[in-house]
Amino acid sequence: MTTYNDFVIRFANVNGSGSASANGMFAKALFRMGVPIATRNIFPSNIEGLPTWFEVRVSEDHHHGRREGVDLMVAMNAETYREDVASVVPGGFLLYDNSKGLDRRLFRADITEIGIPIAKLLLPEFADPKQRKLFKNIVYLGALSALLNIDFEVITGMVSTQYRGKDELIAPNIHALEIGRGYAREYLDCPLPIQLRRTAGLGDSIMIDGNTAAALGAIYGGATICAWYPITPSTSMAEAFEKHAGQLRTETDTGQRKFAVLQAEDELSAIGIVIGAGWNGARAFTATSGPGLSLMSEFLGLAYFAEIPAVLFDIQRAGPSTGMPTRTQQGDVLLAAYASHGDTKHPLMFPSTPKECFDFAADAMDLADRLQTPVIVLSDLEVGMNDNLSEPLTWDDERRYDRGKVLSREDLDAIEDYGRYVDVDGDGIGYRTLPGTHPTKGAFFTRGTSRDAYARYTEAPEAYTENMDRLLVKWRTAASLVPAPEISGHGHRAGIVFYGSTAMPMGEALERLADDGVQLDAMRIRGFPFSQEVTEFLYRHEFVFLVEQNRDAQMKTLLVNETGVDAAKIVPVLYYGGMSISADIIQESVLDHYEKMRLPRLWAVGRGTRGGTPSVQTAIGRGDPGGDSAA
Amino acid sequence: MTFVAKPRVHHPLLPTNEVGLTRRDYEGLVSTLCAGCGHDSVSAAIVQACAELSIPPHQFAKVSGIGCSSKTPSYFLGNSHGFNSVHGRMPSVATGANLANRELYCIGVSGDGDSASIGIGQFAHIVRRRINMLYIVDNNGTYGLTKGQFSATNDKGSTSKKGVPNLYEPIDLVSMALQIGASFVARSFSGDKTQLVPLIKAGLLHRGFAFIDVISPCVAFNNHNGSTKSYDYLRTRGASVVTADFIAAGEEITADYAPGEVETVHMPDGSQLRLRKLDTSYDPHNRAHALEHVLEAQQEGEVVTGLLYVDPDASDCHEILDTVETPLNALGETELCPGSEALDRINASFR
Ligand SMILES: Cc1ncc(C[n+]2csc(CCOP(=O)(O)OP(=O)(O)O)c2C)c(N)n1
Ligand code: SF4
Ligand SMILES: [Mg+2]
Repeated sequence: MTTYNDFVIRFANVNGSGSASANGMFAKALFRMGVPIATRNIFPSNIEGLPTWFEVRVSEDHHHGRREGVDLMVAMNAETYREDVASVVPGGFLLYDNSKGLDRRLFRADITEIGIPIAKLLLPEFADPKQRKLFKNIVYLGALSALLNIDFEVITGMVSTQYRGKDELIAPNIHALEIGRGYAREYLDCPLPIQLRRTAGLGDSIMIDGNTAAALGAIYGGATICAWYPITPSTSMAEAFEKHAGQLRTETDTGQRKFAVLQAEDELSAIGIVIGAGWNGARAFTATSGPGLSLMSEFLGLAYFAEIPAVLFDIQRAGPSTGMPTRTQQGDVLLAAYASHGDTKHPLMFPSTPKECFDFAADAMDLADRLQTPVIVLSDLEVGMNDNLSEPLTWDDERRYDRGKVLSREDLDAIEDYGRYVDVDGDGIGYRTLPGTHPTKGAFFTRGTSRDAYARYTEAPEAYTENMDRLLVKWRTAASLVPAPEISGHGHRAGIVFYGSTAMPMGEALERLADDGVQLDAMRIRGFPFSQEVTEFLYRHEFVFLVEQNRDAQMKTLLVNETGVDAAKIVPVLYYGGMSISADIIQESVLDHYEKMRLPRLWAVGRGTRGGTPSVQTAIGRGDPGGDSAA
Repeated sequence: MTFVAKPRVHHPLLPTNEVGLTRRDYEGLVSTLCAGCGHDSVSAAIVQACAELSIPPHQFAKVSGIGCSSKTPSYFLGNSHGFNSVHGRMPSVATGANLANRELYCIGVSGDGDSASIGIGQFAHIVRRRINMLYIVDNNGTYGLTKGQFSATNDKGSTSKKGVPNLYEPIDLVSMALQIGASFVARSFSGDKTQLVPLIKAGLLHRGFAFIDVISPCVAFNNHNGSTKSYDYLRTRGASVVTADFIAAGEEITADYAPGEVETVHMPDGSQLRLRKLDTSYDPHNRAHALEHVLEAQQEGEVVTGLLYVDPDASDCHEILDTVETPLNALGETELCPGSEALDRINASFR
């Protein structure tokens, strides 16, 4: 039976072997054919020599989350061969280089082997051994074009654009492509029953990673200062900011730049720079990940109490620094929400798509200025570092930056009695003044809490409590300003709650569950503090599943703590193995709960009427990091 | 209320500066430090220097870390914004503030605990970044605010109030600043206003990173016999090598110097710095030489003071980053937002 645009292909390569560019071309070619895809890099914390995987999920139904099991494995790494073979679903395909004999014991009778003598084919064609190594990737790309029905012109066109300026590389690359394609057409059954076909369905979509989109959002949102310290998976955001700001914000006549990027000596310094800049009225941000956020903790407390705008992007990853820095997780929720000493809490935003990374980045700049406090955008490696299909980024040219309550010289002239922390408007937010504004009015000394509403030094208990209570008023204001939850479905007795990258497999999981007779209202949380809608959703349902990618159900803790909802009502669905959560895991966990609690379903059906039994015997099962590949 | 505002009634005979302000306009709140604390003298020197420079007070931004020293920015320049930030992290806050608005005069005040212990990393890196600011360390060899523990600048063998000797090697911030590339490095003594005030003026006008290590005795915890940061010690073992006389732009030069004794350094704003070498062999433009001299004197238990090194042609971080002349915090949508058409092109590049 032939299926179209519906499979998972995984490339198993060796880090540093040049596979990334070939695999990237594969993905781009599909995108240009109008085929909906999602890509995933599964890579070790290493520069060269260790195993790395690249996965593309092809889904005409726009199921972009990870799916368990691989339909076509391109096994180019002898070291991981055993687990790679094992991860192919029954009936799937295995493409490998059969130039050398492989251990026959590893072969499986229930999958189809596609042996191509890649190394042998290259030997007479290219004298340079380095080229032969690099072109291995191009040869399998050529073979795949025949096996899967990729438009060859799309690929050759891409090679030409990729090597524009290095024209001498174009011909050999195309030759290598033709070697693979020629071999496949002559000796293999082409195309395979899993095939591609052009669609017109992608419209004006783009392929972009969340970090690049967030960097562009920061540029559009008016950030002028980026201070950062390298840490995977956030680095690419700072680098993208520097690259794109360089193109978009450099004055053509003078070459001078309307932005500053500083690679700081550590994360303490990075956040200090951001806070110093925010205090002095410039929009500034930092990009980091869990270990960096931990280091920023003290400063976040100061900025909370001193009420200074700052924007942080935490691109979350698994575990500590010696953990799995190149794997994804949603493990910083509680750290981010309550970072620092004393009574502190911070507005959070949870983007689920590259488009939202862009939008939230720009919105975070406004929000931080409006609320005069640090705002943390909690992205993760899954959204941040993988190229994903996205709606095009949009910007309304009528939009004006909301710089919040900042008094000008004229404002100050008109004011009799200025106090930095006086709650004039009843929203808990005072009026800021910036250094240098007025010769005699509005200057104040910024410090933590030992001050009154006029920023005058005091340690009086009443002044302290009054200030802390006003900060709570501001917190309630924040709840109405952070992105509202996205709620779908209505009137079902149970709900399902999720946030951030967990949204990616959720559509598919919900479809499958509906087929299984389980219908759930769904809520995607997009911001913290929680708005009334979030609380109501929790209270309205008999019970809710809460799907997240960490061990301790951190969002559950946050919801219980902040909304007072009965903890027993929330059923955690957790995955924290470092891969992204799949629809299979969600479906299985929800059904398990229904079975265990003997809950009635709409209709009684066997499991897996759709999409087959979730295969969890892949190398990367729940809670299993997938071998020892992460250094 | 626990703060005391100074009465702002001007004495009619107080002299005014070029912008029509008196010294009182450059003062801050009444200090709450111990009577006799060296830090108060440093604040007074800052007041005098800023008033004499005729820079309107609101054009300064004051930043500090945590400590008695870091409290002082509320005791000078009351019409300027100040930021009492986090222990040891003033350099990063100063960096951000300076990046946001390059037009303000940035004064950072820190302590030896603040800069040489918890903040040693940030100190080193702000020197490298050449932030255009005046960075003053009120160096008393002790943690004043936490009641007298040894700090990292305390000399080995120097004793605590109870007579216990410090067992560890000191960190000398002057040597460090010289070594990492600061373009203006001075050391002074809070008790020597004649030396300190011109140094502050010059440091403020210097383009790039200006550092002054001011030995500023802590009368509560480190001013006894046996301390190498006491008033007495500095008065007997302090040795000035180069003094700097500050001459404002357009000001008439009145003092007479013997030829060869004085070198004029031109500041970016047209003012001049007249360097008088008390030790004729000293060369304040030779970094290696300065470093060697400081280290040698240290071995002898002498504290070298004065303008130890200056590079009048230095650049600052904004030049390194090639940022626009307009302060970044003054740019709005028109300058910063590339607009929807540019975004269409960006989208196209991702197809
Ligand atoms: C993170 C942190 N650790 C410790 C302290 C406590 N602390 C406050 S001031 C200070 C030392 C200040 O010494 P120094 O910078 O030399 O200033 P001085 O009081 O001597 O002027 C310390 C350790 C703090 N505020 N923050
Ligand atoms: S404790 Fe020392 S440093 Fe602090 S105010 Fe008193 S004398 Fe000054
Ligand atoms: Mg001290």
